[in-house]
Amino acid sequence: MRTLDTLIGENPVFQGLAAAQLEFLAGCGQNVAFDAGDRLFREGDSADTFFLVRHGLVALDAYVPNRGQMTVETVGAGEIVGWSWLVSPFRWHFTGRAVEPVRAIQFDGACIREKLEADPKLGYELLTRFSQVIVERLQSTRLQLMDVYGNGR
Amino acid sequence: MATVAEPLAAYGAMVPLAYTVARSRRENHDNWTLELEPVDAAIDPIGPGQFDMLYAFGVGEVPISNSGDPDRVPTLVHTIRAVGPVTKALCAARPGDVVGVRGPFGNQWPLHEAVGRELVLVGGGVGLPPLRPALYKALAHRDELAGLHVLYGGRTPRDLLFTRELEQWRARWDVTVGVTVDAGDADWRGNVGVVTKLIPGASFDPANSVAFVVGPEIMMRFTARALLARGLPPERIWISMERTMRCGIGLCGHCQLGPTLICRDGPIYRLDEITPLLEVPEL
Repeated sequence: MRTLDTLIGENPVFQGLAAAQLEFLAGCGQNVAFDAGDRLFREGDSADTFFLVRHGLVALDAYVPNRGQMTVETVGAGEIVGWSWLVSPFRWHFTGRAVEPVRAIQFDGACIREKLEADPKLGYELLTRFSQVIVERLQSTRLQLMDVYGNGR
Repeated sequence: MATVAEPLAAYGAMVPLAYTVARSRRENHDNWTLELEPVDAAIDPIGPGQFDMLYAFGVGEVPISNSGDPDRVPTLVHTIRAVGPVTKALCAARPGDVVGVRGPFGNQWPLHEAVGRELVLVGGGVGLPPLRPALYKALAHRDELAGLHVLYGGRTPRDLLFTRELEQWRARWDVTVGVTVDAGDADWRGNVGVVTKLIPGASFDPANSVAFVVGPEIMMRFTARALLARGLPPERIWISMERTMRCGIGLCGHCQLGPTLICRDGPIYRLDEITPLLEVPEL
């Protein structure tokens, strides 16, 4: 059976971290499961956690007056959900909802934040890696904003 | 005594042949698929990736990719988005109406490159129809491929094409299908995000795959980057280019892109061969 630190280390976001760093992250993580429709977190709530999705699909929803819940993006297997735990004021900007049954590793972001303060090397590593995730999401969002299918072929 | 030229040869590539609309199917709110049968003479069989010039008499002519099964000759299948006067006239055509057809023009998807490898088809928007003939061919020769993957992105759920077929392909054990939309709606239970987001998680082995990509040029550029990031070499990625086309035979120059004429040399190009031209602004 693969241990949590092995599973984490296999993900591209965490690949290349030292064994001790992976072990630390695994110590802050736990396996979780959600049924379709379950909320992982709610917009505006305190963000002290993030998820590495192992199976299933998570929707990031926002409530739009007169239109209800709108899905702005979905995040699937192998992807990270949540960086609000890393950035002040540490509150969720969207609601996370399981579109289908989801299995994930949930990390204690508050615990990791404290460790990053004390261990700048790990802090730099994780910030670099999460920056990559954030940049990819930003690029995707820009493409969505371009509405490339609107008038093209 | 002067000899009389063979009628078909005399028509030349610039004279349309008459085709009857045998069937018209509405695919979504602004796309129709026409099945055309020759009234008399037929054009040569059209291959996957090629296009015809369709003529709405009295309105004009437009290039439209083949979207049907290449083995179903002489029936022509074209999926058309109603955006301008000509395409609107074509989409309004009903069974029994007659349209003009010239073609086939352009080159074909290099399906032979996929033999023994995994084939990844990435379509954006109305980029799926030009890929469908390649998919039909791939399905007909599935045992020659190591894998077959369809990744498709649309604007919204109501803009998606061939939804019934997508479900049929998804139900097959030997095809993987990923669909995403830029903006979902209340009933949408699938992926939301651009089509490039499907690439990192797709189950193909980049060391043994080839990719065919069709969509708006900006989408193809980002898709190519995502495929390269997955480890696919540029010489195993092909994209289908589009520019204004008029003659279809490389005479008028409307579709010139630097040293190449897309109607004659394309529309399908290997990524490493076309990338330098894509990087030149306003070319």
